[in-house]
Amino acid sequence: MTARLTPAHFRNLLDQRIFVLDGAMGTMIQQHRLEEADYRGSEFANWASDVKGNNDLLVLSQPDLIADIHRQYLLAGADIIETNSFNATSIAMADYQMAGLSARINREAAALARKVCDEVTQLEPHKPRFVAGVLGPTNRTASISPDVNDPGFRNVSFDQLVEAYAESTHALIEGGADIIMLETIFDTLNAKAAAFAVLKVFDEVGFKLPVMISGTITDASGRTLSGQTTEAFYHSLAHVEPVCFGLNCALGPDLLRPYVETLSGLAAGYVSVHPNAGLPNEFGEYDLGAEEMAAEIADWAQQGFLNIVGGCCGTTPEHIKAIAEAVKQAAPRRPKAADHSFHLAGLEAFSVEW
Amino acid sequence: MRQQARFINIGERTNVTGSARFKKLILNGDFEAALDVARQQVENGAQIIDINMDEAMLDSKAAMVRYLSLLASEPDISRVPIMVDSSKWEVIEAALKCIQGKAVVNSISLKEGEVPFLHQARLLRRYGAAVVVMAFDEKGQADTKARKVAICQRAYKILTEQIGFPPEDIIFDPNIFAVATGIEEHNNYAVDFIEATRDIKRLCPHAKISGGVSNVSFSFRGNDAVREAIHSVFLYHAIGAGMDMGIVNAGQLTVYDDIPALLKERVEDVILNRRDDATERLLEVAAQFKGDGSVAEKVDDVWRSLPVNKRLEHALVKGITDFIELDTEEARQQAEKPLHVIEGPLMDGMNVVGDLFGEGKMFLPQVVKSARVMKKAVAFLQPFIELEKGGGRAQGKVLLATVKGDVHDIGKNIVGVVLQCNNFEVIDLGVMVPCAELLRVAKERDVDVIGLSGLITPSLDEMVHVAKEMTRLGFTQPLLIGGATTSKAHTAVKIEPNYVHGVVYVPNASRSVSVVQSLITPDNKTEYLARIKNEYVVAREQHARARPGEKLLSLNEATANKFQLDLSKVAPAPQQPGVHLWPDVDLTLLRDYIDWTPFFLTWQLSGKYPAILNHAEVGMEARRVFKDANAILDSMINDGHVKGKAVFGLFPANSDGEDIIVYTDETRSTEKVRLYNLRQQLKLRNNAPNCSLADFIAPVSSGIKDYIGGFAVSTGFGADEFAAKFAAEHDDYNSIMVKALADRLAEALAEYLHLKVRREYWGYAKDEMLDNQQLIRELYQGIRPAPGYPACPEHTEKGTLWQLLDVAAQTGIELTESYAMWPGAAVSGWYFGHPDSKYFAVSKIGDDQLKDYALKKGWNQQQAESWLAPNIR
Repeated sequence: MTARLTPAHFRNLLDQRIFVLDGAMGTMIQQHRLEEADYRGSEFANWASDVKGNNDLLVLSQPDLIADIHRQYLLAGADIIETNSFNATSIAMADYQMAGLSARINREAAALARKVCDEVTQLEPHKPRFVAGVLGPTNRTASISPDVNDPGFRNVSFDQLVEAYAESTHALIEGGADIIMLETIFDTLNAKAAAFAVLKVFDEVGFKLPVMISGTITDASGRTLSGQTTEAFYHSLAHVEPVCFGLNCALGPDLLRPYVETLSGLAAGYVSVHPNAGLPNEFGEYDLGAEEMAAEIADWAQQGFLNIVGGCCGTTPEHIKAIAEAVKQAAPRRPKAADHSFHLAGLEAFSVEW
Repeated sequence: MRQQARFINIGERTNVTGSARFKKLILNGDFEAALDVARQQVENGAQIIDINMDEAMLDSKAAMVRYLSLLASEPDISRVPIMVDSSKWEVIEAALKCIQGKAVVNSISLKEGEVPFLHQARLLRRYGAAVVVMAFDEKGQADTKARKVAICQRAYKILTEQIGFPPEDIIFDPNIFAVATGIEEHNNYAVDFIEATRDIKRLCPHAKISGGVSNVSFSFRGNDAVREAIHSVFLYHAIGAGMDMGIVNAGQLTVYDDIPALLKERVEDVILNRRDDATERLLEVAAQFKGDGSVAEKVDDVWRSLPVNKRLEHALVKGITDFIELDTEEARQQAEKPLHVIEGPLMDGMNVVGDLFGEGKMFLPQVVKSARVMKKAVAFLQPFIELEKGGGRAQGKVLLATVKGDVHDIGKNIVGVVLQCNNFEVIDLGVMVPCAELLRVAKERDVDVIGLSGLITPSLDEMVHVAKEMTRLGFTQPLLIGGATTSKAHTAVKIEPNYVHGVVYVPNASRSVSVVQSLITPDNKTEYLARIKNEYVVAREQHARARPGEKLLSLNEATANKFQLDLSKVAPAPQQPGVHLWPDVDLTLLRDYIDWTPFFLTWQLSGKYPAILNHAEVGMEARRVFKDANAILDSMINDGHVKGKAVFGLFPANSDGEDIIVYTDETRSTEKVRLYNLRQQLKLRNNAPNCSLADFIAPVSSGIKDYIGGFAVSTGFGADEFAAKFAAEHDDYNSIMVKALADRLAEALAEYLHLKVRREYWGYAKDEMLDNQQLIRELYQGIRPAPGYPACPEHTEKGTLWQLLDVAAQTGIELTESYAMWPGAAVSGWYFGHPDSKYFAVSKIGDDQLKDYALKKGWNQQQAESWLAPNIR
């Protein structure tokens, strides 16, 4: 492993070309049609609760399978792969009574991705590959009540989120993540807690990794699940000064386009997008083909919206290959110079012109 | 107005230290009502809401967390940013852990030295908040200009240089203290603030200035008129010096230009500390401004000495018709051709009006008044122009019509006036215009754009029909769609696919100008229509996707989950059953029952009455239009221009499934009519019951004697004629006013009649004592849903009501083929007396219910789909 990736170095790289992120992990795992016993492996054969569907556990019970998926994406042309730790916070792991395994899973997820990355980088030393340590949204929301009869109720607090995210972040860094990525943000308050934790961990370890932040516009209303517009979402997290701001999941590239355009016109830093392969059909499957998806993304690149692009739900190495090909020749988006305009946000952005 | 443009209003009412009412609500744990306080602030124009729970009797941290958590579930409030206001750090930090947006913290300071200041600032940055820094240091609060500037500059340096706090997120509060207290040292406080503001803005680039404005007038508490004048004068000067925001009561701010001259002078002396006896001199006059703060308006006639072109401009902008013919004649004599007067000074004046309207500096009622002046001037010039045979060159021709079956035209008339103001020729075919007639005129007059309007739901279908006909007949002009029930989604899904040459939904009158403008310039038209087409493709896709969580039950499932009526609470038999007629209602009775809020909305002035009269931005205009409205109302009522009639009845009834049977008499053996109702079929949250109006009437099987009422009222008799008289005098302002007021009177009559029915005719609520605000909030027992509205959305049921009460013969209120009522100022509906009856929306129904309902009504599939169109996808 070479020197640690700094935010400045990463910015420098992003100025040179459009970077490609990997595609869906869940979709690839699904193709193996794993059963309860496969998820358990030998170590968790006698675990008290069912663990089928706990995809993050596979970094412990089926490491070769996960490593192979990472490898497929890297060989398809991805520059950055995401650790298989989307649900690995102690809060999300509590569903399987595995909160105590959170740190270990995050650490192993990062180490596994690190190993495959280094292996492929050795094959093509001119093209270094990077590991993005993923912090998912958890399965709870700090600004929405789960109880319709009591809108003031919350089932998770800011402090609980900070604690869980700090634990995961430490583990991801220990495992060898180059980048910390907050993704699929549907509640900005969860993400604020995650960012608070990440910055705290950077203080504790004494260095900073590049941060990527990626939000989710839930549907064509153009808002996050917690009700914010793209602009409000951006201004609410701009204080984190991430290298990269982006959008992912929920929508295919066609429906996501207006929000990508908005974000690209707004963001002071770099911009990332990883959309779904369209919307799920009535069987819950995604059927937007690789070429179709790449065509739309090629246009985004032409328009100068992009610095990093990849795929979310429903995408496969085939999609990533087509996308990598489509953006190869395009120039990266030039980040906007920071100005001193004043912004606040509720569900909507409040910006003053003077 | 202008000086407020660069000023951010921070709502101050959600503050336990500043509002006794809010404090009481919070102490009593009435968070629901406390949320309404925040909502009102936002409605009144607060751009940020300040929330403060610092009260000794309160667990401030818990109250803050609870309030913010509840607020997060109210999108109409939480759309604006929050200012967390507390002197306790732990309350601030707890609050920031509940806020997903970017908030402002009010405040931190150097009071305890640099160490805690830096610690707090660093954390605020981590939470992603902007910060208010008070001009306060280890030695105390800054009172002089020099101290204010020095402390702010020091804080700025520490924040930006030591921790890289973004300068634009730093807001200084250099302390606003009370003036005119009688203590000489206080006299310069306002000047100190204003001058410090100027220096801080210069020395601390990108930083902002804020302050609690009401402090400055503290010594005049009890005299709101003077306090508001002081605030307004203070802000005028402070904003001029660079103040960016302030904590104010957004609903109560006088416009600087509106302060009576004498009061303004005395206040200004105090604020600017211009003379030693300023306080005494303000006290001398303060008493005479107590109350509403205004002395009688004085006629300002200085403008009469301006050159004629300027006089015309002034008359247009101010909407003054008094001298318009005189001035137009003078301009005509100076002009080469009479047409040049229109193309020159008059159009110049209207351009000024258009610009001011576009910039939000004029409001709709003013623009309509300007149009009245313009029309009078043009009418005066017309005979001269015809002598010369010139013919004006309008920008383009727009045909407007309310579609067949619909009689509502207030919105359409406003669109017509606004377009004329912008030099478009408008051909207005009026109401109930059949498609063939509309298209014939469009062809004959070779119009550029066709605009359709409608208010009731069946009109939506008629618009689809017009679009299809335009395609069949080879029309190529763009089609505009507007009116209360129209929407972008409906236009995109139902109308636009039927016509390829452009269909554009126009949400309001102000938008109509830019839309028509884009459609009339050939260069822009193609591009504009292409963009709209794309928008509608997206809108259709959005519509096609099922809403998350929306699930339709079968009719059987929905019926099984019907509303369970508490049979022990069925209202008693009516005191005066049968049909009653009020042939000539005393309209003076109705004034107190008018709900004014919708009236202001007609004029695109939004805000709740009466608060709107004191609204910082539109308050002045609201007061003007309110005054004009009352003058016209006097004339409508006292001079007998308008008459009101009502017919209503109370009958024995029982329910049978979704039907309500109305019996001929108390033996309940013969059905007089049967009312058909729809049932909610969407699966509701918490398995709430799937209601049908029939659920609120005791079923036949219960053996309980229940009753239902019906009513139809109108105050539109004579209104059209009265309005037409104004229109003939080129006075659209008053013409629109008459119709809008007739609508309000009809609603007031419905309210008043319902009250009499509850207290006397039916008599189930003899002791009810509610004021008009409580009536508007529907705090009484029972409901009066109208056929065509959400609980009973199918319009033909109005036919049954008409039959039951013999409405047409008794009152002259008639139904059109789309079941709109004529005269338009009319209200009808059913009375339900059960205390648990409530309003609901039937919303989407399934194919099973559609078939079932069609069978009952004797309709074929196509008829059913047409009448129930809004309830099927």
